[in-house]
Amino acid sequence: MIYLKIFWSFFQIGLFSIGGGYAAMPLIQEQVVNMHNWLSMSEFADVITISQMTPGPIAINCATFVGTRIAGIPGAIVATLGCVFPSCIIVLFLAYLYYKYKKLSIVQGVLNGLRPAVIAMIGSAGLTLVILSFWDGKGISNITENIDFISVVIFTSSIVILRKWKVNPIFVMLGAGVLGLCIYPFVL
Amino acid sequence: MKKDMKFYLKLFTSTLYLSAFTFGGGFVIIPLMKKKFVDEYKWIEEKEMLDLAAIAQSAPGAIAVNAAIIVGYRLAGVLGTMITILGTVLPPLIILSSISVAYTAFRDSLIIQYILRGMQAGVAAVIIDVVISMAISLFKEKKLLPIVIMIGAFVATFILNINVIVIILASGIIGAVSIHHSKRVEKGGDLK
Repeated sequence: MIYLKIFWSFFQIGLFSIGGGYAAMPLIQEQVVNMHNWLSMSEFADVITISQMTPGPIAINCATFVGTRIAGIPGAIVATLGCVFPSCIIVLFLAYLYYKYKKLSIVQGVLNGLRPAVIAMIGSAGLTLVILSFWDGKGISNITENIDFISVVIFTSSIVILRKWKVNPIFVMLGAGVLGLCIYPFVL
Repeated sequence: MKKDMKFYLKLFTSTLYLSAFTFGGGFVIIPLMKKKFVDEYKWIEEKEMLDLAAIAQSAPGAIAVNAAIIVGYRLAGVLGTMITILGTVLPPLIILSSISVAYTAFRDSLIIQYILRGMQAGVAAVIIDVVISMAISLFKEKKLLPIVIMIGAFVATFILNINVIVIILASGIIGAVSIHHSKRVEKGGDLK
């Protein structure tokens, strides 16, 4: 039963990838490459590359990619379901506890401590993305040499537009994509 | 908030749109959700959104999916969760299953790389914009402890690369201890 195997494999990935995103990568590799040989190591590296280029969580992207390769669209659906199922149960349970106990002063205290930390973590994720975009994933080895000035310009103008006119972010993101397509071919 | 067909459709299309623009995965979806559900629709309060984000981060699995699950539950119970999961999972499902057919062509396509590079800068700007707004409103509360926690957590995660679970636990404990402490101070004041 290939579907059951796929489901079980991605169920484990979903259950044990705490912290999301890149924390899930070694787990996925273990299941998909080492244990089941569903993908070769270079195919797995390609999935990671494509995951970074496309929207959506890496685990879900991987589930879809692997599922499609082994068992077509039904395989993709089964893999995705397996991946989401454990989160669903655990998050719903936590949500239930949160709404039941959030009035308690101790829970209020915990939440008061968590909120600023969450802002910090979003800030950190955002800054990582800024660095990735300015230095095209090469890291800040030489501040000015490898910097991608077009991306700096797109970023800065997007920020100004967002803060000044509060436009819908979807237009900013699409506009940035169009700008990229119009400028990059002439400079790269 | 009326829970008719229109509401469910709105919930579905907004999670679909959020998922389609979550490049880079993980926490990137939180500022986008905040913009949509807090600022635009006013379905959730800003503080509550941050609580939900902390829960999404603490549970196993993809953060974007977890955040969708909990927001769906908050807005429309288990049915809401079903809708938001579907909305979140569909874009990657459609995109990746089409790409897996011709993935080398996609990976090597220059046009796609140009668009994605531009969009990456735009997405980064959207996130930084939301962070600026949230940090400003935190500073406006003029309480020392939250500001210290925010800066400390930022240094811990961004510079020291400390595991997020550790940061969440630590800031939760600090918050609990501080409320316990301030209560004792209040009680002491009553005695006088």
